[in-house]
Amino acid sequence: MSDADLLFKALADPGRRKLMDRLHAHDGQTLSELCQHLDMTRQGVTQHLAVLEAANLVAVRWRGREKLHFLNPVPLQEIYDRWIRKFERPRLKALRDLKRRLEEDGED
Amino acid sequence: MNAANRSHFVYVTFIRTTPAKVWEALTEPQLIRQYWFNTTAECGWKKGSPWKMVRPDGSLTDTGEILEIDPPRRMVIRWQNEWNPELKAEGSSRCTYELAPVDSAVKLTITHEIDRPESKLITAVSGAWPSCLSNLKSLLETGEVAITTHPGH
Repeated sequence: MSDADLLFKALADPGRRKLMDRLHAHDGQTLSELCQHLDMTRQGVTQHLAVLEAANLVAVRWRGREKLHFLNPVPLQEIYDRWIRKFERPRLKALRDLKRRLEEDGED
Repeated sequence: MNAANRSHFVYVTFIRTTPAKVWEALTEPQLIRQYWFNTTAECGWKKGSPWKMVRPDGSLTDTGEILEIDPPRRMVIRWQNEWNPELKAEGSSRCTYELAPVDSAVKLTITHEIDRPESKLITAVSGAWPSCLSNLKSLLETGEVAITTHPGH
């Protein structure tokens, strides 16, 4: 599976997106901390974290014997550069052209 | 130090190249400029060397010094903001670069931390790093960068 496939697969699950939101709110959590207030089994969270880690959306650091999970937004930036930015440009140009045309009409 | 008393982030990117090439891109001013929105680093790249980030007009964005350096594996920079008084007042942070070969790629890990909670400096640099790293990856893999204007400017 390519890097992009791993990434989109990881993002395709609402449970995993929720985990990403929780790390965004509070980065560097342990598995136990992430399991609190979540409607998922510990095993489920472990599996989701493994998928996120494989997609490089979660980076792991060890602090003594504690495994800390960090949200890694770098692949999201790569998606943005590859899949959003280039499709935005024509729309922005269309909006700019529309604005210019409407403003020119207004001057008549 | 208790995690609650510090601010930090860990960013990782995998780049299909060699550790030597990544190291060169992290330390060669002409290369840094290409993925860091025309800002570059000036440094002797030895332990204790003063380090500074310089805009094209010569003004400084950040200063510090090399705390540890072990090419092409690891580098720790003492990093202080210079352009924003509020961020500068937070004092020194530490930025660590770690390079590790993984299959035919290099795993580049950037850790940036400061010994204070809710750091605005860490929030500011954490916003800039993903674009820089995305640019660095495409520069090394394709010879081109994706983003030429700073997202915060």
